[in-house]
Amino acid sequence: MSFISYLVNGISLGSVYAIIALGYTMVYGIAKMLNFAHGDVIMVGGYAAFTMMMSMNTSPLVAVLVSIVVCTVLGVLIETIAYRPLLEAASSLAVLITAIGVSYFLQNIVLLTFGSSTKSFQSVVTLPNLKLAGGSLVITSTAIVTILACIVIMIALTLFINKTKPGQAMLAVSEDKGAAQLMGINVNGTIALTFAIGSGLAAIAGVLLCSAYPALTPYTGSMPGIKAFTAAVFGGIGSIPGAMVGGILMGVIEIFAKAYISTQLSDAIVFLILIIVLLVKPTGLFGKNIQEKV
Amino acid sequence: MAMLEVKDLQVYYGMIQAIKGISFEVNAGEIIALIGANGAGKTTTLHTITGLLSPKAGSVIFEGQDITKTPAHKIVGLGMAHVPEGRRVFAQLTVYQNLKMGAYTRKDKTEIDQMLETVYRRFPRLEERKNQVAGTLSGGEQQMLAMGRALMSKPKLVLMDEPSMGLSPILVNEIFDIIRSLNKAGTTVLLVEQNAKKALAVADRAYVLETGRIVQSGDAKVLMNDESIKKAYLGE
Repeated sequence: MSFISYLVNGISLGSVYAIIALGYTMVYGIAKMLNFAHGDVIMVGGYAAFTMMMSMNTSPLVAVLVSIVVCTVLGVLIETIAYRPLLEAASSLAVLITAIGVSYFLQNIVLLTFGSSTKSFQSVVTLPNLKLAGGSLVITSTAIVTILACIVIMIALTLFINKTKPGQAMLAVSEDKGAAQLMGINVNGTIALTFAIGSGLAAIAGVLLCSAYPALTPYTGSMPGIKAFTAAVFGGIGSIPGAMVGGILMGVIEIFAKAYISTQLSDAIVFLILIIVLLVKPTGLFGKNIQEKV
Repeated sequence: MAMLEVKDLQVYYGMIQAIKGISFEVNAGEIIALIGANGAGKTTTLHTITGLLSPKAGSVIFEGQDITKTPAHKIVGLGMAHVPEGRRVFAQLTVYQNLKMGAYTRKDKTEIDQMLETVYRRFPRLEERKNQVAGTLSGGEQQMLAMGRALMSKPKLVLMDEPSMGLSPILVNEIFDIIRSLNKAGTTVLLVEQNAKKALAVADRAYVLETGRIVQSGDAKVLMNDESIKKAYLGE
């Protein structure tokens, strides 16, 4: 029974990683940059929802929607103010360091505004937990909602990219910005849209993460951010199914390592597996490695 | 009035001046060749016309409208398509997806389908391979795809950058035949080529570019028999 419960928890945590990893992988695929502030956007999403529910007494649904709007706007602002001026002119290293700067900036702004004390987050999922096998197996409603959210997001994103014009524009920009412009695609607009989607997803991930693990601090986003980034690399950075599979595997491995091996060593085990996978398949599980004829 | 007018264009890469004030024009219905050696500034000129680069001075006028400061993604909607050097097809997308990308600015679905049919008729090989990923096509097929993709926007003027590069002699002839028939069907062509012989044979008029300056221009047939051109570009 405990095995199934661990598995469900692992998939649920992995779903959060997967949703965060989508943001990393989409931005990398399209803007060719690593947005290390992405983890902190999750944290901002958590605080936005927290503020709405606690200070404004709104319903959880309204809190989630506000959180999505706040993070979407934040993501686009970060892109236009901090990254866009550098993407064309500066080296990729300058952009990377700027991203780290934005990450600390967000943490400190929240620290200044909300203080350093841990906020106790109330789950946005108010449904009763699922009791199976006569009460010996309990699956939390938060876990179920998290997994369902991940599936819905995956399907919606796949449809968006393959069936809509902005989605096709993303594919074109990810391959060749110059050629995409010649097709009439607004490259800056497409990059901004990518940040908007990634950050909106980060808000959802933030709310779900805080619902499962209710302690909210200005540093809440950094560890899940790094793990989700790892998940994106694990699955093959730039690949959307890769981010999904990588995220869920990361979550399951982490929970199993905690349960069966050692709580303290669980993170080390997760990263060890990542290193082994990358040694065997450097492009990640779903990494693209197409040879182009010239 | 000329369809495309380039006036005193100057383009820099950092401190280095790549284009040192060139002027030329393309009239509707013509094939104009821009010939010159490696590094003469041919590709830079085309990139500046379609907005991928911005000039330091000078202007580009298309159908009476100043497009010097128009961003690259708005150019194709005006009726000017660019077949870039090295084809630059979307290697991970299928032939069909690449062609659809060419019609990105067009909204009318039946018109897009009609264009697709026209392109397939002109390039039957693209239809045979429509579901194949573009990166696995041969060089000649990729060139056809790049041209087909440009045609999908129903352009009045097509800029072609080194369409014969890296192709076998038979394919080179085929590509130039296509350029000629495109022009007969009413499309104006601005052609950049290192293969001066082929370019002059197909063009109405030509401009010779040398380190960022136009050093000679005129009727293509006259240039073909010019002694200095023969010596420098035709290897005779």
